[in-house]
Amino acid sequence: MNAGLLGIEELDRAEIEAILTRARDFQPLQSQSLKKLDTLRGKMIVNLFYEASTRTRTSFEIAAKRLSADAVSITASGSSVTKGESLVDTLNTLAAMRPDAIVMRHAASGAPHFLARHLPTPIINAGDGAHEHPTQALLDARTILDRRSTLEGLRVAIIGDIAHSRVARSNVHLLSKFGARIVLCGPASLLPVELAQLAPGVTLTTDIREAIRDADVIMMLRVQLERQHEAAFPASEYFRFYGLRLEHLDLARPDAIVMHPGPINRGRELSSEVADFQRSVILNQVENGVAVRMAVLERVIG
Amino acid sequence: MALVIKNGRVIDPASRTDRVADVLIVDGRIAGVAPDLSSPQARVLDATGLIVAPGFIDMHVHLREPGFEHAETIESGSRAAAAGGFASICCMPNTKPVNDSPTVTSYIVERARRKAIVNVFPIGAITKGSAGEELAAIGAMKEAGAVAISDDGMPVMNSRVMRRAMEFARSYGLPLIDHCEDLNLSAGGDMHEGANSVRWGLRGIPAAAEDVMVARDLLLAELTGARYHVAHISTRNAVAMVDHARRRGLSVTCEATPHHFALSDAQMPPYDSNYKMKPPLRSVGDADAVTAAIAAGAVSAIATDHAPHPGSEKMQEFERCPFGIIGLETALGLALERLVHTGRISLARMIELFTTGPDSILRLSRGTLASGAPGDVTVFSTDREWTYDLNQSLSRSRNSPFDGHVFRGGPVATVVAGEIVWSL
Repeated sequence: MNAGLLGIEELDRAEIEAILTRARDFQPLQSQSLKKLDTLRGKMIVNLFYEASTRTRTSFEIAAKRLSADAVSITASGSSVTKGESLVDTLNTLAAMRPDAIVMRHAASGAPHFLARHLPTPIINAGDGAHEHPTQALLDARTILDRRSTLEGLRVAIIGDIAHSRVARSNVHLLSKFGARIVLCGPASLLPVELAQLAPGVTLTTDIREAIRDADVIMMLRVQLERQHEAAFPASEYFRFYGLRLEHLDLARPDAIVMHPGPINRGRELSSEVADFQRSVILNQVENGVAVRMAVLERVIG
Repeated sequence: MALVIKNGRVIDPASRTDRVADVLIVDGRIAGVAPDLSSPQARVLDATGLIVAPGFIDMHVHLREPGFEHAETIESGSRAAAAGGFASICCMPNTKPVNDSPTVTSYIVERARRKAIVNVFPIGAITKGSAGEELAAIGAMKEAGAVAISDDGMPVMNSRVMRRAMEFARSYGLPLIDHCEDLNLSAGGDMHEGANSVRWGLRGIPAAAEDVMVARDLLLAELTGARYHVAHISTRNAVAMVDHARRRGLSVTCEATPHHFALSDAQMPPYDSNYKMKPPLRSVGDADAVTAAIAAGAVSAIATDHAPHPGSEKMQEFERCPFGIIGLETALGLALERLVHTGRISLARMIELFTTGPDSILRLSRGTLASGAPGDVTVFSTDREWTYDLNQSLSRSRNSPFDGHVFRGGPVATVVAGEIVWSL
């Protein structure tokens, strides 16, 4: 009944490949002067964001508009949340207005999965707590594949606050399905040992140099202070031990790329020089976000 | 007023009875167990092909009254208990107000006398408001009818307060029941810390949160000589520590819930709030260790931790849902399925875990079919197939992971003081 997109874990390779291939079709559109297709004309998408977001919400909105769908964006502070309405009642109310899909971000892991059990409207997960952020992993894969022929055999280092990262989880699931080798790296308190069981091909290290050595892709994660309920790591030491600096890049493959889901904190998880580094593809990720989300919207609604 | 339960297989571990016989109850008390008993005007309950056991005791139930009557009442909870084969239940003090004074204890006793269809024994709080700071009126609550003390769900973190509580409990002859959870280690956690909590991005409650409190309590029990009981034991290490203390001769016991030996975090569907409770469903290894401890005799009682919550509270984001599931109606079925039908324990041993086990901890002078004992009897089947239909539950709440579960064997009739209070 609910054929939305809740996570990467439950997708198979063919479904992921279909989205990535379709996203490539949408890439040239982004730099044309006329950027609009009428694929989803007459369709209605609700963007429901219970957590602050600029890039993901804007990206979904632009993706919807480029496909000629109508998009309404709602943020939690301006909604009935403050009137004490439960999440399922809010969603039922929105569903009664017959949107074709609900794009949702929520601070609680599993919130869209819970709703999908009770709602007929397809739900697209735009990030749920520390669980998944499927469109981020898809746009990251699209960005890597713009520069590499395959994900198979690539060594990908994901560095930072892994424990609280939905970006890390979605990327692990996607990359693992395509045979990449994934090294997760962070301070021990943000790197639970059970992460090694998340998917095949995952190893863990607390040493950033070991993580970066021979890496094809380096994904830096934002330190999610808002998700840490305690001082899991002395903040003053973070950059010293887990901040990516130019000298680290000598350990990686000569053509290694640096990625970051944003928003970046220069001087916290990566140095300003790395952010502006020629093989940093952070803005390409943002650009691909629109193409990938167009492909996802088309798949879910079209 | 007499009742004769005819022709069942009578298993009364306390009197080492296991034979086909009749049970005669006169004026609310057991008058005899023998073949071919009868009494003029006695009502007859045919138990042919069924097991006839002393009335089951559930030493860990939340009845929610006073204060949370939308979730459960003493009446509705007692009806669910009867439907589960329980003739006696002990209710935890986390009501509103907390049962931390003889006034509240007396209120519960009085409400139960008027509304409950099974025996209800209140458990008093350890500290005022279960806030963990100042001791509650333990002696006065005992006089009003409390059979134990516990700050269930709100564990006493201050070790000095716990020491004093044990000293008082000992002097009043009451057991102290602890919900063992280090609140700093468990803070913010929603499920067992393990592969699935990490996979689903949920904050974990490590097994160590239980273990460190069990360790502390056992040391304090040794220091004070208190009778100490671990509620809903759920971890491999906690089970080993309690068993070790017991072997050393301390007055230490523990109970296990059906869900902690029947389920693990590996069987839990993602984000399903009917699988959210404290302690959380642990790893497969922990669940196996609890089962092994039951089989080895290291666990004294099966208790349900029946914890009703209305749908409005369970229909939320997983991390916002309250902890707890109902369990009165499924306990016997699960014990048969996981412990008896699997050959881990005998039927007689299972009956002990529901009768003499809890009775020896709480000293209720129940749990036996000896002549003169209270006329409480549980009649059950070991082979009747039935399906648990949550919508037919006699509880006011519907939070159970066992909806639709097919059981082999379960309650057939519950007798309290010679009255059939529930039957199929």
